[in-house]
Amino acid sequence: MITAKNLEVRAGKKVLLSIPHFELQEGEVLGIMGPNGAGKSTFIKALALLEKPSQGTIFLKGKDITNDLTLDMRRRFAVAMQQPLLLDTTVFQNVAVGLKLRKLPRQEVKQKVAYWLEKFQISSLAKKHGANLSGGEAQRVNLARAMVLEPEVLFLDEPFSALDFPTKVQLLKDIKSIIQQTNTTTVFVSHDLMELKFLADTLAILMDGDLKQTGPTEEVLASPNSSTSGFINDWQSLLN
Amino acid sequence: MELLLEGLKKAIEMILSGDPEILEITLLTLKVSITAVLISTLIGIPVGMFLGLARFPGRKFILAIINIGMGLPPVVAGLWITLFLWRSGPLGDLAWLYTPTAIIMAQILVSLPIVTALTSTAFQQINPKLILQVKALGATKLQLYWILTKEVKLAILAAIIAGFGRVIAEVGAAMMVGGNISGETRILTTSIVMEVSKGNFDIALALSFILMTLAFIITFSLTYLQQRKRSL
Ligand SMILES: Nc1ncnc2c1ncn2[C@@H]1O[C@H](COP(=O)(O)OP(=O)(O)O)[C@@H](O)[C@H]1O
Ligand SMILES: [Mg+2]
Repeated sequence: MITAKNLEVRAGKKVLLSIPHFELQEGEVLGIMGPNGAGKSTFIKALALLEKPSQGTIFLKGKDITNDLTLDMRRRFAVAMQQPLLLDTTVFQNVAVGLKLRKLPRQEVKQKVAYWLEKFQISSLAKKHGANLSGGEAQRVNLARAMVLEPEVLFLDEPFSALDFPTKVQLLKDIKSIIQQTNTTTVFVSHDLMELKFLADTLAILMDGDLKQTGPTEEVLASPNSSTSGFINDWQSLLN
Repeated sequence: MELLLEGLKKAIEMILSGDPEILEITLLTLKVSITAVLISTLIGIPVGMFLGLARFPGRKFILAIINIGMGLPPVVAGLWITLFLWRSGPLGDLAWLYTPTAIIMAQILVSLPIVTALTSTAFQQINPKLILQVKALGATKLQLYWILTKEVKLAILAAIIAGFGRVIAEVGAAMMVGGNISGETRILTTSIVMEVSKGNFDIALALSFILMTLAFIITFSLTYLQQRKRSL
Protein backbone atom coordinates (compact mmCIF):
# COMPACT_ATOMS: atom_id res chain seq x y z
CA MET A 1 0.00 0.00 0.00
CA ILE A 2 2.64 2.48 1.15
CA THR A 3 6.36 2.06 0.58
CA ALA A 4 8.98 4.52 1.75
CA LYS A 5 12.62 4.55 0.74
CA ASN A 6 15.48 6.43 2.40
CA LEU A 7 13.02 8.62 4.19
CA GLU A 8 14.70 11.43 6.06
CA VAL A 9 13.22 14.32 7.99
CA ARG A 10 15.47 17.03 9.36
CA ALA A 11 14.86 20.13 11.41
CA GLY A 12 17.77 22.35 10.55
CA LYS A 13 20.79 20.08 10.92
CA LYS A 14 19.15 17.74 13.39
CA VAL A 15 17.99 14.47 11.87
CA LEU A 16 14.58 13.67 13.34
CA LEU A 17 13.88 10.64 11.20
CA SER A 18 16.00 8.41 9.00
CA ILE A 19 14.30 5.28 7.71
CA PRO A 20 15.96 3.30 4.89
CA HIS A 21 12.96 1.16 4.09
CA PHE A 22 9.35 0.96 5.16
CA GLU A 23 6.49 -1.10 3.86
CA LEU A 24 2.81 -1.13 4.74
CA GLN A 25 0.56 -3.82 3.27
CA GLU A 26 -3.02 -3.28 2.24
CA GLY A 27 -5.33 -4.20 5.12
CA GLU A 28 -2.47 -4.25 7.60
CA VAL A 29 -2.88 -2.77 11.05
CA LEU A 30 0.62 -1.67 11.90
CA GLY A 31 1.54 -0.52 15.37
CA ILE A 32 4.44 1.84 15.81
CA MET A 33 5.91 1.89 19.25
CA GLY A 34 8.71 3.92 20.68
CA PRO A 35 9.67 6.18 23.53
CA ASN A 36 8.77 9.87 23.67
CA GLY A 37 10.68 11.93 21.16
CA ALA A 38 11.57 8.89 19.04
CA GLY A 39 10.08 10.51 15.94
CA LYS A 40 6.71 8.73 15.78
CA SER A 41 4.67 11.83 15.11
CA THR A 42 7.26 13.04 12.62
CA PHE A 43 6.94 9.72 10.79
CA ILE A 44 3.16 9.95 10.65
CA LYS A 45 3.32 13.53 9.37
CA ALA A 46 5.65 12.46 6.57
CA LEU A 47 3.61 9.39 5.59
CA ALA A 48 0.30 11.27 5.68
CA LEU A 49 1.82 13.94 3.41
CA LEU A 50 1.36 16.68 5.97
CA GLU A 51 5.02 17.64 6.01
CA LYS A 52 7.42 17.13 3.17
CA PRO A 53 10.39 14.93 4.06
CA SER A 54 13.84 16.44 3.56
CA GLN A 55 14.80 13.42 1.53
CA GLY A 56 13.50 10.07 0.28
CA THR A 57 10.57 8.72 -1.65
CA ILE A 58 7.10 7.65 -0.64
CA PHE A 59 5.04 5.38 -2.90
CA LEU A 60 1.31 4.83 -2.68
CA LYS A 61 0.34 1.64 -4.51
CA GLY A 62 3.57 1.92 -6.50
CA LYS A 63 3.12 5.55 -7.46
CA ASP A 64 5.68 8.09 -6.27
CA ILE A 65 3.75 10.63 -4.20
CA THR A 66 6.62 12.35 -2.41
CA ASN A 67 6.54 15.53 -4.42
CA ASP A 68 2.85 15.24 -4.65
CA LEU A 69 1.85 16.82 -1.39
CA THR A 70 -1.25 17.57 -3.32
CA LEU A 71 -4.72 17.56 -2.04
CA ASP A 72 -5.84 14.52 -4.01
CA MET A 73 -3.26 12.34 -2.32
CA ARG A 74 -3.79 13.80 1.13
CA ARG A 75 -7.51 13.29 0.76
CA ARG A 76 -7.01 9.54 0.48
CA PHE A 77 -5.75 9.48 4.06
CA ALA A 78 -7.18 10.40 7.42
CA VAL A 79 -5.41 11.29 10.64
CA ALA A 80 -6.52 11.34 14.26
CA MET A 81 -4.13 12.71 16.83
CA GLN A 82 -3.79 12.55 20.58
CA GLN A 83 -5.64 15.81 21.17
CA PRO A 84 -9.08 15.65 19.55
CA LEU A 85 -8.72 19.33 18.40
CA LEU A 86 -12.37 19.73 17.55
CA LEU A 87 -13.53 22.81 15.72
CA ASP A 88 -15.61 25.48 17.43
CA THR A 89 -18.93 24.03 16.32
CA THR A 90 -21.28 21.12 16.91
CA VAL A 91 -20.38 17.44 16.91
CA PHE A 92 -22.32 16.95 13.70
CA GLN A 93 -20.46 19.75 11.93
CA ASN A 94 -17.14 18.46 13.24
CA VAL A 95 -17.74 15.07 11.69
CA ALA A 96 -19.09 16.67 8.52
CA VAL A 97 -16.17 19.01 7.96
CA GLY A 98 -13.95 16.71 5.86
CA LEU A 99 -16.87 15.79 3.59
CA LYS A 100 -17.82 19.42 3.18
CA LEU A 101 -14.25 20.30 2.27
CA ARG A 102 -14.62 17.68 -0.47
CA LYS A 103 -17.81 19.37 -1.59
CA LEU A 104 -20.00 16.30 -1.24
CA PRO A 105 -23.72 16.86 -1.78
CA ARG A 106 -25.51 17.88 1.39
CA GLN A 107 -27.72 14.81 1.48
CA GLU A 108 -24.74 12.48 1.23
CA VAL A 109 -22.94 14.38 3.99
CA LYS A 110 -25.93 14.09 6.26
CA GLN A 111 -26.32 10.41 5.64
CA LYS A 112 -22.64 9.55 6.08
CA VAL A 113 -22.28 11.61 9.22
CA ALA A 114 -25.37 10.02 10.71
CA TYR A 115 -23.98 6.58 9.91
CA TRP A 116 -20.63 7.23 11.57
CA LEU A 117 -22.08 8.98 14.59
CA GLU A 118 -24.13 5.83 15.07
CA LYS A 119 -21.07 3.61 14.57
CA PHE A 120 -19.20 5.46 17.30
CA GLN A 121 -22.30 5.62 19.51
CA ILE A 122 -22.35 9.39 19.64
CA SER A 123 -25.59 10.09 17.74
CA SER A 124 -27.08 11.63 20.86
CA LEU A 125 -24.28 14.20 20.95
CA ALA A 126 -24.84 15.43 17.38
CA LYS A 127 -26.12 18.85 18.38
CA LYS A 128 -23.72 19.38 21.27
CA HIS A 129 -20.89 21.85 20.97
CA GLY A 130 -17.44 20.30 20.61
CA ALA A 131 -16.16 22.21 23.63
CA ASN A 132 -18.70 20.62 25.95
CA LEU A 133 -17.65 16.99 25.56
CA SER A 134 -15.77 14.65 27.87
CA GLY A 135 -12.35 13.45 26.76
CA GLY A 136 -13.71 10.11 25.64
CA GLU A 137 -16.60 11.66 23.72
CA ALA A 138 -14.31 14.16 22.03
CA GLN A 139 -11.98 11.38 20.94
CA ARG A 140 -14.93 9.45 19.50
CA VAL A 141 -15.86 12.53 17.48
CA ASN A 142 -12.25 12.83 16.36
CA LEU A 143 -12.21 9.22 15.18
CA ALA A 144 -15.61 9.50 13.51
CA ARG A 145 -14.36 12.61 11.73
CA ALA A 146 -11.51 10.51 10.32
CA MET A 147 -13.50 7.36 9.50
CA VAL A 148 -16.31 9.23 7.74
CA LEU A 149 -13.75 10.01 5.03
CA GLU A 150 -13.42 6.28 4.30
CA PRO A 151 -9.64 6.68 4.10
CA GLU A 152 -7.41 4.26 2.24
CA VAL A 153 -4.99 4.58 5.12
CA LEU A 154 -5.94 5.62 8.63
CA PHE A 155 -3.22 7.21 10.77
CA LEU A 156 -3.72 7.20 14.51
CA ASP A 157 -1.20 9.16 16.58
CA GLU A 158 -1.72 8.10 20.19
CA PRO A 159 -5.45 8.80 20.17
CA PHE A 160 -6.02 6.83 23.36
CA SER A 161 -3.14 7.97 25.55
CA ALA A 162 -4.99 10.78 27.29
CA LEU A 163 -8.06 8.67 28.18
CA ASP A 164 -8.77 7.03 31.51
CA PHE A 165 -8.61 3.25 31.58
CA PRO A 166 -12.26 2.19 31.20
CA THR A 167 -12.86 4.79 28.48
CA LYS A 168 -9.74 3.65 26.68
CA VAL A 169 -10.69 -0.02 26.82
CA GLN A 170 -14.16 0.59 25.43
CA LEU A 171 -12.90 2.81 22.63
CA LEU A 172 -10.12 0.36 21.75
CA LYS A 173 -12.69 -2.40 21.39
CA ASP A 174 -14.93 -0.23 19.24
CA ILE A 175 -12.21 1.02 16.94
CA LYS A 176 -10.86 -2.50 16.54
CA SER A 177 -14.17 -3.81 15.35
CA ILE A 178 -14.65 -0.83 13.06
CA ILE A 179 -11.22 -1.26 11.49
CA GLN A 180 -11.89 -4.96 11.00
CA GLN A 181 -15.34 -4.43 9.51
CA THR A 182 -14.09 -1.82 7.08
CA ASN A 183 -10.78 -3.57 6.49
CA THR A 184 -9.02 -0.23 6.80
CA THR A 185 -5.25 -0.15 6.43
CA THR A 186 -4.07 1.49 9.64
CA VAL A 187 -0.90 2.92 11.12
CA PHE A 188 -1.32 3.17 14.86
CA VAL A 189 1.25 5.01 16.91
CA SER A 190 1.40 4.40 20.61
CA HIS A 191 3.87 4.13 23.44
CA ASP A 192 1.57 1.76 25.28
CA LEU A 193 2.26 -1.91 24.70
CA MET A 194 -1.14 -2.96 25.97
CA GLU A 195 -2.91 -0.91 23.30
CA LEU A 196 -0.60 -2.23 20.61
CA LYS A 197 -0.98 -5.86 21.61
CA PHE A 198 -4.71 -5.47 21.36
CA LEU A 199 -4.91 -3.61 18.07
CA ALA A 200 -1.83 -4.18 15.94
CA ASP A 201 -1.17 -7.20 13.69
CA THR A 202 2.37 -6.07 13.08
CA LEU A 203 4.65 -4.00 15.21
CA ALA A 204 7.46 -1.64 14.33
CA ILE A 205 9.75 -0.30 17.01
CA LEU A 206 10.84 3.26 16.34
CA MET A 207 13.76 4.57 18.35
CA ASP A 208 16.04 7.54 17.68
CA GLY A 209 14.35 8.23 14.37
CA ASP A 210 14.76 4.77 12.90
CA LEU A 211 12.74 1.55 12.76
CA LYS A 212 14.80 -0.85 14.86
CA GLN A 213 12.62 -3.92 14.43
CA THR A 214 9.51 -4.83 12.45
CA GLY A 215 7.41 -8.00 12.36
CA PRO A 216 4.24 -9.67 13.58
CA THR A 217 3.43 -8.21 16.98
CA GLU A 218 3.80 -11.45 18.95
CA GLU A 219 7.08 -12.24 17.24
CA VAL A 220 8.66 -8.89 17.94
CA LEU A 221 7.61 -9.08 21.57
CA ALA A 222 8.81 -12.66 21.97
CA SER A 223 12.20 -12.08 20.41
CA PRO A 224 13.39 -8.51 20.53
CA ASN A 225 16.73 -7.78 18.93
CA SER A 226 19.70 -6.11 20.53
CA SER A 227 18.44 -2.59 19.88
CA THR A 228 14.91 -3.15 21.09
CA SER A 229 15.27 -5.66 23.90
CA GLY A 230 15.86 -3.07 26.63
CA PHE A 231 12.77 -1.10 25.70
CA ILE A 232 10.51 -4.10 25.10
CA ASN A 233 11.63 -6.02 28.17
CA ASP A 234 10.92 -3.03 30.39
CA TRP A 235 7.37 -3.06 29.09
CA GLN A 236 6.98 -6.83 29.35
CA SER A 237 8.14 -6.84 32.96
CA LEU A 238 5.57 -4.18 33.76
CA LEU A 239 2.70 -6.07 32.12
CA ASN A 240 3.53 -9.53 33.50
CA MET B 1 -25.73 68.56 37.39
CA GLU B 2 -28.14 71.13 36.09
CA LEU B 3 -25.99 71.51 33.01
CA LEU B 4 -26.22 67.77 32.36
CA LEU B 5 -29.99 67.80 32.61
CA GLU B 6 -30.16 70.86 30.40
CA GLY B 7 -27.99 69.08 27.85
CA LEU B 8 -30.09 65.96 27.95
CA LYS B 9 -33.23 68.01 27.49
CA LYS B 10 -31.65 69.89 24.63
CA ALA B 11 -30.51 66.65 23.05
CA ILE B 12 -33.99 65.17 23.16
CA GLU B 13 -35.37 68.41 21.77
CA MET B 14 -32.87 68.50 18.94
CA ILE B 15 -33.46 64.86 18.06
CA LEU B 16 -37.25 65.14 18.24
CA SER B 17 -37.34 68.36 16.25
CA GLY B 18 -35.41 66.53 13.53
CA ASP B 19 -32.96 69.41 13.20
CA PRO B 20 -31.62 68.87 9.66
CA GLU B 21 -28.11 69.97 10.56
CA ILE B 22 -27.88 67.53 13.46
CA LEU B 23 -29.21 64.79 11.23
CA GLU B 24 -26.65 65.62 8.60
CA ILE B 25 -23.77 65.64 11.08
CA THR B 26 -24.92 62.35 12.57
CA LEU B 27 -25.31 60.64 9.22
CA LEU B 28 -21.92 61.86 8.06
CA THR B 29 -20.34 60.60 11.28
CA LEU B 30 -21.89 57.20 10.72
CA LYS B 31 -20.93 57.09 7.06
CA VAL B 32 -17.34 58.10 7.68
CA SER B 33 -16.77 55.83 10.69
CA ILE B 34 -18.41 52.78 9.19
CA THR B 35 -16.55 53.18 5.90
CA ALA B 36 -13.24 53.55 7.73
CA VAL B 37 -13.85 50.50 9.93
CA LEU B 38 -15.05 48.46 6.96
CA ILE B 39 -11.92 49.22 4.96
CA SER B 40 -9.70 48.61 8.00
CA THR B 41 -11.42 45.26 8.45
CA LEU B 42 -11.10 44.25 4.82
CA ILE B 43 -7.37 45.01 4.86
CA GLY B 44 -6.61 44.24 8.49
CA ILE B 45 -8.02 40.72 8.67
CA PRO B 46 -6.08 39.19 5.75
CA VAL B 47 -2.90 41.07 6.65
CA GLY B 48 -3.30 40.14 10.31
CA MET B 49 -3.91 36.53 9.37
CA PHE B 50 -0.81 36.48 7.19
CA LEU B 51 1.34 38.05 9.91
CA GLY B 52 -0.10 35.65 12.45
CA LEU B 53 0.43 32.45 10.48
CA ALA B 54 3.42 33.03 8.19
CA ARG B 55 7.03 32.94 9.28
CA PHE B 56 9.44 35.11 7.35
CA PRO B 57 12.39 37.32 8.11
CA GLY B 58 11.33 40.78 9.20
CA ARG B 59 7.99 39.59 10.52
CA LYS B 60 8.70 40.58 14.10
CA PHE B 61 9.82 43.99 12.96
CA ILE B 62 6.59 44.53 11.03
CA LEU B 63 4.55 43.37 14.02
CA ALA B 64 6.40 45.81 16.25
CA ILE B 65 5.69 48.67 13.86
CA ILE B 66 2.01 47.76 13.73
CA ASN B 67 1.88 47.53 17.52
CA ILE B 68 3.38 51.00 17.73
CA GLY B 69 0.76 52.09 15.19
CA MET B 70 -1.96 51.08 17.65
CA GLY B 71 -0.87 54.00 19.78
CA LEU B 72 -0.40 56.42 16.90
CA PRO B 73 -1.59 59.84 18.13
CA PRO B 74 -4.49 60.90 15.88
CA VAL B 75 -2.99 64.35 15.37
CA VAL B 76 0.13 62.70 13.94
CA ALA B 77 -2.06 60.62 11.64
CA GLY B 78 -3.85 63.82 10.68
CA LEU B 79 -0.58 65.56 9.98
CA TRP B 80 0.61 62.75 7.68
CA ILE B 81 -2.64 62.70 5.75
CA THR B 82 -2.51 66.50 5.45
CA LEU B 83 1.02 66.38 4.05
CA PHE B 84 -0.05 63.75 1.54
CA LEU B 85 -3.16 65.58 0.42
CA TRP B 86 -1.73 69.09 0.51
CA ARG B 87 -1.97 70.87 -2.86
CA SER B 88 1.72 70.35 -3.53
CA GLY B 89 1.78 66.92 -1.85
CA PRO B 90 1.96 63.53 -3.60
CA LEU B 91 -1.83 63.17 -3.75
CA GLY B 92 -2.54 66.89 -3.96
CA ASP B 93 -4.14 66.64 -7.38
CA LEU B 94 -6.99 64.63 -5.96
CA ALA B 95 -8.14 67.63 -3.93
CA TRP B 96 -9.25 65.38 -1.10
CA LEU B 97 -8.13 67.59 1.75
CA TYR B 98 -11.08 68.98 3.72
CA THR B 99 -13.41 66.32 2.32
CA PRO B 100 -14.98 63.33 4.10
CA THR B 101 -12.56 61.13 2.15
CA ALA B 102 -9.67 62.73 4.02
CA ILE B 103 -11.36 61.99 7.34
CA ILE B 104 -11.90 58.39 6.27
CA MET B 105 -8.22 58.12 5.37
CA ALA B 106 -7.13 59.46 8.74
CA GLN B 107 -9.50 57.13 10.55
CA ILE B 108 -8.23 54.15 8.58
CA LEU B 109 -4.72 55.13 9.58
CA VAL B 110 -5.62 55.00 13.28
CA SER B 111 -7.85 51.91 13.19
CA LEU B 112 -6.02 49.68 10.72
CA PRO B 113 -3.11 48.95 13.09
CA ILE B 114 -5.57 47.97 15.82
CA VAL B 115 -7.55 45.59 13.63
CA THR B 116 -4.38 44.13 12.11
CA ALA B 117 -2.47 43.68 15.35
CA LEU B 118 -5.37 42.14 17.27
CA THR B 119 -6.18 39.83 14.35
CA SER B 120 -2.60 38.66 14.08
CA THR B 121 -2.52 37.95 17.81
CA ALA B 122 -5.64 35.83 17.42
CA PHE B 123 -4.08 33.76 14.66
CA GLN B 124 -0.81 33.38 16.53
CA GLN B 125 -2.69 31.73 19.36
CA ILE B 126 -3.98 28.92 17.17
CA ASN B 127 -2.54 25.55 18.12
CA PRO B 128 -0.14 24.54 15.30
CA LYS B 129 -1.47 21.00 15.63
CA LEU B 130 -4.95 22.24 14.76
CA ILE B 131 -3.56 23.59 11.49
CA LEU B 132 -2.09 20.15 10.75
CA GLN B 133 -5.36 18.49 11.68
CA VAL B 134 -7.39 20.70 9.35
CA LYS B 135 -4.90 20.01 6.56
CA ALA B 136 -5.23 16.31 7.30
CA LEU B 137 -8.99 16.60 6.92
CA GLY B 138 -8.33 17.55 3.31
CA ALA B 139 -8.49 21.34 3.33
CA THR B 140 -7.07 23.42 0.51
CA LYS B 141 -5.06 26.49 1.53
CA LEU B 142 -8.12 28.68 1.14
CA GLN B 143 -10.37 26.29 3.03
CA LEU B 144 -7.77 26.14 5.81
CA TYR B 145 -7.73 29.94 6.15
CA TRP B 146 -11.50 30.06 6.20
CA ILE B 147 -11.78 27.41 8.92
CA LEU B 148 -9.11 29.10 11.02
CA THR B 149 -10.85 32.45 10.64
CA LYS B 150 -14.03 30.89 11.95
CA GLU B 151 -12.04 29.45 14.87
CA VAL B 152 -10.89 32.93 15.93
CA LYS B 153 -14.01 34.86 15.00
CA LEU B 154 -14.57 36.02 18.59
CA ALA B 155 -11.18 37.67 18.67
CA ILE B 156 -11.65 39.11 15.20
CA LEU B 157 -14.91 40.74 16.21
CA ALA B 158 -13.14 42.11 19.27
CA ALA B 159 -10.55 43.61 16.92
CA ILE B 160 -13.30 45.24 14.87
CA ILE B 161 -15.01 46.58 17.99
CA ALA B 162 -11.72 48.07 19.20
CA GLY B 163 -11.11 49.62 15.78
CA PHE B 164 -14.58 51.12 15.76
CA GLY B 165 -14.07 52.53 19.25
CA ARG B 166 -10.94 54.29 18.10
CA VAL B 167 -12.63 55.73 15.02
CA ILE B 168 -15.81 56.98 16.64
CA ALA B 169 -13.85 58.70 19.42
CA GLU B 170 -11.32 60.29 17.11
CA VAL B 171 -11.34 64.08 16.81
CA GLY B 172 -7.84 65.49 16.31
CA ALA B 173 -7.24 64.04 12.87
CA ALA B 174 -10.78 64.67 11.65
CA MET B 175 -10.44 68.30 12.66
CA MET B 176 -7.10 68.66 10.92
CA VAL B 177 -7.87 66.94 7.61
CA GLY B 178 -11.60 67.68 7.50
CA GLY B 179 -11.60 71.22 8.76
CA ASN B 180 -15.00 70.94 10.46
CA ILE B 181 -16.72 72.60 7.51
CA SER B 182 -20.43 72.96 8.06
CA GLY B 183 -22.44 70.78 5.72
CA GLU B 184 -19.31 69.13 4.34
CA THR B 185 -16.92 67.67 6.89
CA ARG B 186 -18.53 68.42 10.22
CA ILE B 187 -18.92 65.29 12.29
CA LEU B 188 -20.09 64.80 15.87
CA THR B 189 -16.71 64.94 17.56
CA THR B 190 -15.52 68.02 15.70
CA SER B 191 -18.75 69.90 16.28
CA ILE B 192 -18.57 69.06 20.00
CA VAL B 193 -15.12 70.65 20.13
CA MET B 194 -16.46 73.69 18.30
CA GLU B 195 -19.55 74.11 20.46
CA VAL B 196 -17.50 73.82 23.65
CA SER B 197 -15.09 76.47 22.42
CA LYS B 198 -18.06 78.71 21.74
CA GLY B 199 -19.38 78.08 25.24
CA ASN B 200 -22.51 76.29 23.97
CA PHE B 201 -22.32 73.54 26.56
CA ASP B 202 -25.94 72.48 26.15
CA ILE B 203 -25.53 71.81 22.42
CA ALA B 204 -22.17 70.13 23.05
CA LEU B 205 -23.79 67.87 25.62
CA ALA B 206 -26.65 67.12 23.27
CA LEU B 207 -24.21 66.13 20.54
CA SER B 208 -22.22 64.01 22.98
CA PHE B 209 -25.36 62.10 23.94
CA ILE B 210 -26.02 61.38 20.28
CA LEU B 211 -22.42 60.27 19.81
CA MET B 212 -22.54 57.99 22.78
CA THR B 213 -25.85 56.51 21.72
CA LEU B 214 -24.42 55.71 18.28
CA ALA B 215 -21.31 54.17 19.79
CA PHE B 216 -23.44 52.19 22.18
CA ILE B 217 -25.82 50.84 19.53
CA ILE B 218 -23.06 49.78 17.17
CA THR B 219 -20.82 48.26 19.83
CA PHE B 220 -23.80 46.51 21.33
CA SER B 221 -24.77 44.98 17.97
CA LEU B 222 -21.22 43.84 17.29
CA THR B 223 -21.02 42.30 20.75
CA TYR B 224 -24.28 40.52 20.14
CA LEU B 225 -22.97 39.17 16.87
CA GLN B 226 -19.85 38.06 18.69
CA GLN B 227 -21.67 36.28 21.49
CA ARG B 228 -24.45 34.79 19.38
CA LYS B 229 -23.08 31.26 19.27
CA ARG B 230 -21.84 28.98 22.03
CA SER B 231 -25.29 28.55 23.47
CA LEU B 232 -25.17 24.78 23.02
N1 LIG C 1 9.95 21.32 14.19
C1 LIG C 1 10.86 20.73 14.96
N2 LIG C 1 12.09 21.29 15.13
C2 LIG C 1 13.01 20.71 15.90
N3 LIG C 1 12.85 19.56 16.53
C3 LIG C 1 11.66 18.94 16.40
C4 LIG C 1 10.60 19.50 15.62
N4 LIG C 1 9.54 18.67 15.68
C5 LIG C 1 9.93 17.64 16.47
N5 LIG C 1 11.18 17.80 16.91
C6 LIG C 1 11.96 16.86 17.72
O1 LIG C 1 11.98 15.67 17.01
C7 LIG C 1 11.94 14.58 17.86
C8 LIG C 1 10.80 13.66 17.47
O2 LIG C 1 9.58 14.29 17.75
P1 LIG C 1 8.19 13.51 17.58
O3 LIG C 1 8.11 12.96 16.22
O4 LIG C 1 7.12 14.42 18.01
O5 LIG C 1 8.37 12.35 18.65
P2 LIG C 1 7.29 11.32 19.23
O6 LIG C 1 6.01 11.53 18.52
O7 LIG C 1 7.87 9.98 18.99
O8 LIG C 1 7.20 11.60 20.69
C9 LIG C 1 11.82 15.13 19.27
O9 LIG C 1 13.11 15.12 19.84
C10 LIG C 1 11.35 16.54 19.05
O10 LIG C 1 11.82 17.37 20.07
MG1 LIG D 1 4.12 12.13 19.23
